[in-house]
Amino acid sequence: MNSTKKLDYTLRLADGALILGHRLGEWCGHGPILEQDIALTNTALDHLGRARSLYQYAAEQFNLLPADDKKNAFTSVAIQNLISAGASVDEDDLAYLRDGWDFRNELLLEQPNIDWAYTAARSFFYDTFNYFFFTQLLRSKDESLSAIAEKSLKEVTYHMRWSSEWVVRLGDGTDESHTRMQQAVNELWMYTGELFSMSETDTTLLKEGIGADLAAIKPLWMERVRSVLDEATISIPVDAWMQHGGREGRHSEHLGYILAELQFMQRAYPGMEW
Amino acid sequence: MSNSNKSEWPLWEVFIRSKAGLDHKHAGSLHAADAEMAIENARDVYTRRMEGVSIWVVESKNIHASDPDEADSLYDPANDKIYRHPTFYNLPDEVKYM
Repeated sequence: MNSTKKLDYTLRLADGALILGHRLGEWCGHGPILEQDIALTNTALDHLGRARSLYQYAAEQFNLLPADDKKNAFTSVAIQNLISAGASVDEDDLAYLRDGWDFRNELLLEQPNIDWAYTAARSFFYDTFNYFFFTQLLRSKDESLSAIAEKSLKEVTYHMRWSSEWVVRLGDGTDESHTRMQQAVNELWMYTGELFSMSETDTTLLKEGIGADLAAIKPLWMERVRSVLDEATISIPVDAWMQHGGREGRHSEHLGYILAELQFMQRAYPGMEW
Repeated sequence: MSNSNKSEWPLWEVFIRSKAGLDHKHAGSLHAADAEMAIENARDVYTRRMEGVSIWVVESKNIHASDPDEADSLYDPANDKIYRHPTFYNLPDEVKYM
């Protein structure tokens, strides 16, 4: 088995959970109404919880790699310094000491909140993907990934319910809410293709019975998205060019700002605890 | 958080059952656009720490309450009616747990 591929895969899932969790957390104290502020913060914490489990598992895998693989895993200076000093890494190192190009999250997840419609639409696309993804990952031969999938699936089922309902509420709401939701769906659509692209990592792990078949998830995702958007009276954008790159570390400018805020304390005061 | 009463979502009363077999108890109130959202908001606001296994919501306007100003005439008269409590029966020793 190729263990750097599984590490790559685990990190992608972890980075996605961390970045979306951070984005949703930005709403804390700014929600349109107290109850929804709490609802969204709960969800943000679900994502952060999943990120932690995955980073812990990634760190475990990383620390078992041969020295050469360790050296080549990342190119960010801060974590390379740690590795070349012979130290083992933990969940915090992976979250705080890697620069943007070492992050593997999909571009969709780093897109800014903008308004409630963008926030709901972004979550709706990802929650729906997660629902089918973790349903498949339940059957992974890798026990850790399968256990994380089992816990996540319950949370994700609720996330999908929340975001689907908001897409319908705003889409089938007032003229203004409809316009905003349609715009959010139009703008975010080009980032949805990346969720389903099968890289070499995906193909290898699928063959080994560890990873999910993203190509098989796509029609399920499309069917569910179509039915919710229909109910929301939102038209589905025509299939256009899809934006890729996040999984390979080529990110939009937004990720840099997220990491600047998220990593500042650990970079300025290494090893700080509170 | 809101501009006027007109744009505010209606108020709902939340009742939570903490475990199977027990009664639903009033937990508090919240705002929501409709019953479905009220249940979800209740889930997020009132069951985050495993407080419940079942939720009821009812729009506050549908709850009719007794008038606190009438408390004297409504409740005080029960004060001296001790004969309404079954304390004057002699229980046989064999009856336990009464």
